[in-house]
Amino acid sequence: MPTITINSHAYQVPNDPRVSLLDLLRRDAGLTGTKKGCDHGQCGACTVIVNGQRINSCLTLAVMHEGDDVRTVEDMGTPEDLSPLQRAFVEHDAYQCGYCTPGQLCSAKALLDEIAAGLPSDATDDLEAAPTLSGEEIRERMSGNLCRCGAYANIVAAISEVAEAQA
Amino acid sequence: MKTFDYHRAERLEHAGQLVAEDDAMAIAGGTNLIDLMKLQVETPRTVVDISRLPMAQIEKEGDGMRLGALSSNTAVASHPDVRRNYPVLSRAILAGATQQLRNKATTGGNLCQRTRCYYFTDTDQPCNKREPGSGCGAIDGIARLHAVLGTSASCIATYPGDMAVALAALDARVEIVPEGGGAARTVPVRDFHRLPGDTPERDNVLEPGEIITAVLLPAPVGGTQRYRKVRERSSYAFALCSVAAVIEIAESRFTRADLAFGGLAHKPWHDPRLADLLVGSEPSRALFDKAADLLLEDAQGYGENDFKIPLARRTLIATLCEATGVKP
Repeated sequence: MPTITINSHAYQVPNDPRVSLLDLLRRDAGLTGTKKGCDHGQCGACTVIVNGQRINSCLTLAVMHEGDDVRTVEDMGTPEDLSPLQRAFVEHDAYQCGYCTPGQLCSAKALLDEIAAGLPSDATDDLEAAPTLSGEEIRERMSGNLCRCGAYANIVAAISEVAEAQA
Repeated sequence: MKTFDYHRAERLEHAGQLVAEDDAMAIAGGTNLIDLMKLQVETPRTVVDISRLPMAQIEKEGDGMRLGALSSNTAVASHPDVRRNYPVLSRAILAGATQQLRNKATTGGNLCQRTRCYYFTDTDQPCNKREPGSGCGAIDGIARLHAVLGTSASCIATYPGDMAVALAALDARVEIVPEGGGAARTVPVRDFHRLPGDTPERDNVLEPGEIITAVLLPAPVGGTQRYRKVRERSSYAFALCSVAAVIEIAESRFTRADLAFGGLAHKPWHDPRLADLLVGSEPSRALFDKAADLLLEDAQGYGENDFKIPLARRTLIATLCEATGVKP
């Protein structure tokens, strides 16, 4: 039976090819941490990490992910044992309504990996040097995640703190 | 989304046969196609998943490079050889979309992305590109994003991408295999996209069943490379106007001035007269003004996008000043 691995558990690939990875997560797998915002790849609320890369789960068909490794916000930490990013988001008040937060967290986690891997961004001055994590870099790299409550400044502060602690 | 049959192509020949069928479309990254399928702008009966074909390699080929059609935007933009030798390409890719989208979007798919014209994406509106013969809502409508060069009475949509603008400046080629496999043909990126004319439903020169297998970069061109993009916000927005420039100066004169423009036309705009004017001359503000005159000689605004004509002039001049050190 073809399956997709989500947070280390195997789930059946849906029969209907129209099912997005987002709908598979929320409806079939019951993992409602990942949110549906615009459903068109514009807001980033549905961001998850597939095979180590963050993507918009609304803009990909579940059937295309047979055999893939999907990680969602449910894989990050628990209320009793928050991940470093989750703790920093709480400490810095990096949300208001919280709807965009799971996507922000998945994006931020991938962002830290991308910096560690030396991937450049539009804000990187020297394309041939390893990027360093400035506020400008974080803002550019997080531009695919909208926050309608406007907690951006606190989101940048939370990510900066975790990045500095890891450096 | 309308129902469709899903097929995963196991071989390239198989993919070409499936894609050649009526109402069949290939899917790779899916970031554009799935969006359009949700809007029912695209309603394929068959979707052919080519994403697992072995075409994601990025490798040296001859003096240049071969970017497999399924290489991701992220993989190309962050490849050390691209960053070192073709920085205009890295810059253009990184100036577009978001990290999430660039991780999924592919080289071949990005070339084929459709316009962001609001009349094209709204099925309640007339659009000759979506529904030939239905008219163009943009010409007398909301046209802020629209073209000022190479338009027709049928369509004033723009090609929205950034990557292809850099590829046009670099004079890269697109490798295309026919239906069922067989010998590939290559088409310069500069000739891959079409002007709308009276068949705006055709964005590019791909024939039914043809599949892009790679983009071929020429030998490294060196020089000063710039990608300057003007948009409505500082990240994650399509270009109102962009300029990709590959400039070389020797003994105070241009020896290379390869320029391409985004956001102005139905295709990445490349006007060979600009290099003819610039190469051999000494960079100066007066010369750059002449280049802008030439570029925009036949430009036509449609009301809301009139601003793009002076914007393109200033963006070109600013890019050339920055690349050559001439005082703006």
